[in-house]
Amino acid sequence: MPGAFAVNNYERAIRLLLLGAASTSILIVILIFVFLGKEAAPFVVRPGVGELFSTRWVPVSFQKESFGIIPLVTGSLLITGLATLITIPFGICSAVYISEVAAAWEREILKPLIELLAGIPSVVIGFFGLVVLAPLVKGLFGLPTGLIALTGALLLALMALPTVISISEDAIRSVPASYKSASLALGASKLQTTWKVTVPAALSGIIAAVMRGMGRVIGETMAVMMVTGNAAVITASPLSSVRTMTATIAAEMGEVPFGSEHYQALFCVGIVLLLATFGLNMVAQRVLKKYRIG
Amino acid sequence: MLRTQNGVSLGIIFTGLVLASVSSCSRPADSRKPADREKYLTIKGSDTMVHLVSTWAEVYMEAHPEAEISVTGGGSGTGIAALLNGTTDICAASREMKQKEEDLAAQKGIEPVEFTVARDGIAVVVNPANPIDALTLEQIRNIYIGTYTRWNQVGGPDEPIVVLSRESSSGTYVFFQEHVLEKKDYRQDALLMPATSAIIQSVSADKWVIGYVGLGYAVEAGEKVKILGVKADDEAAVVMPSEETVDSGQYSIARPLYLYTAGEPQRPVKDFIDFCLGAEGQKIVRETGYVVVQ
Repeated sequence: MPGAFAVNNYERAIRLLLLGAASTSILIVILIFVFLGKEAAPFVVRPGVGELFSTRWVPVSFQKESFGIIPLVTGSLLITGLATLITIPFGICSAVYISEVAAAWEREILKPLIELLAGIPSVVIGFFGLVVLAPLVKGLFGLPTGLIALTGALLLALMALPTVISISEDAIRSVPASYKSASLALGASKLQTTWKVTVPAALSGIIAAVMRGMGRVIGETMAVMMVTGNAAVITASPLSSVRTMTATIAAEMGEVPFGSEHYQALFCVGIVLLLATFGLNMVAQRVLKKYRIG
Repeated sequence: MLRTQNGVSLGIIFTGLVLASVSSCSRPADSRKPADREKYLTIKGSDTMVHLVSTWAEVYMEAHPEAEISVTGGGSGTGIAALLNGTTDICAASREMKQKEEDLAAQKGIEPVEFTVARDGIAVVVNPANPIDALTLEQIRNIYIGTYTRWNQVGGPDEPIVVLSRESSSGTYVFFQEHVLEKKDYRQDALLMPATSAIIQSVSADKWVIGYVGLGYAVEAGEKVKILGVKADDEAAVVMPSEETVDSGQYSIARPLYLYTAGEPQRPVKDFIDFCLGAEGQKIVRETGYVVVQ
């Protein structure tokens, strides 16, 4: 039967095409890992991995260059942590309001507007931060400059919010109606039902949403570079300037001599950044799995 | 089983494609040696000089319709590397060649020829509300390396000093470090700004910051910033940066800007450099905010 044979071949071709498309992204990830490793590898031999654990990032110096990535890692951690702290209450409350409290017409207005926020280019948000937010933060805390970790974290929270809100809202909305009905039937008020039943039931989705938001935050470059001051100091103070890993790569990769120690150190920073996002995704998946089964 | 095999073979094909496209991209650049070209000139190097060099190129091409000049930035270091690799005809540099680079040139049998084509003054700027009008070089150095942290240590009010610098990839960063900081490291909490415009923005908005920018930019900023006078030492007279004081050498934070060629320049290259050094070229130097050379 030639007809069946042709159909069979056609199906196979389509299948191959889809498989190819699906494996391309995996392949690219592997290639990126290989490439980063290849460029960073010579650093392990000279000056050695120990250099990365020094506390100073001074890539251009007439005295002694040092490539300690600790200030950069703590900078990224501080900003990501702060941004997450700001995002969680705002994100969850917004999601609860949109899915449980808002009237249909309110939802029609709120949702597209929030999604619009996700579409604003980060350089525009950075510019807004530099011109509007930084002076505000400066005035509010009576600081000599507004280019600090907190300003960066506020901007990043702004950028992470649409992701967190829309995924959390989906999660809350997909909680079966029978849960709510049961709770209401037992005499719980609407508010009690929302906070004690619906939100806990949607927790896995909300955690996944927050993780996604954090993924965006830790990898964000442009807005952060414009407002955090980029001083490579180790600090836990939100009112101090910090330098993130992403901003360091973006600012320094342009002019670094190819194959120099500085160049290799930047690739080491890239690897750490990649591992961080990788780890974050792994944790997110673990959490999701655990809650789904439990 | 079949699935994995398909995936692997597709992967191999894809990798092959990627490699093929990468190698075909890089080939033309290597084979088009500058020497082969008659009227096509490339100039690469300092970001500080891009505006100046591209204005020269535009005016030159208007007068010589047969000439074709391409100008790219990337930094002085990048330009010098390109000159030594034979991928550019002329290198624009805001600093002299380092010993390392000269050694590399000798190894490759290249004799770089240096032309001083303009001079650039670097202005130290503060907020207009700052009562300080002038500082000695030593005071500026001590502020930038972190010895002085409050304005009252240099005769101002009891307020903290926030130090602004360019990113370490900037030629201006290196020049300032070498000639003002006497090769010492910048203080760790200096804010590294991604662009000159960001320094101007911060200086105009924040009362207690200090920064440095090219003289042209400082003059352009007008009332938004206050340009500090500089004293060689306590007894010396205050010198304001200007075309005259940079030209006469009285203003000390100034640097020559160079064009480099590999060996004595031949016809098309020589014509262009003669044009830059000639009356018309030097007029452009003045118009773009730099200082002419005699």
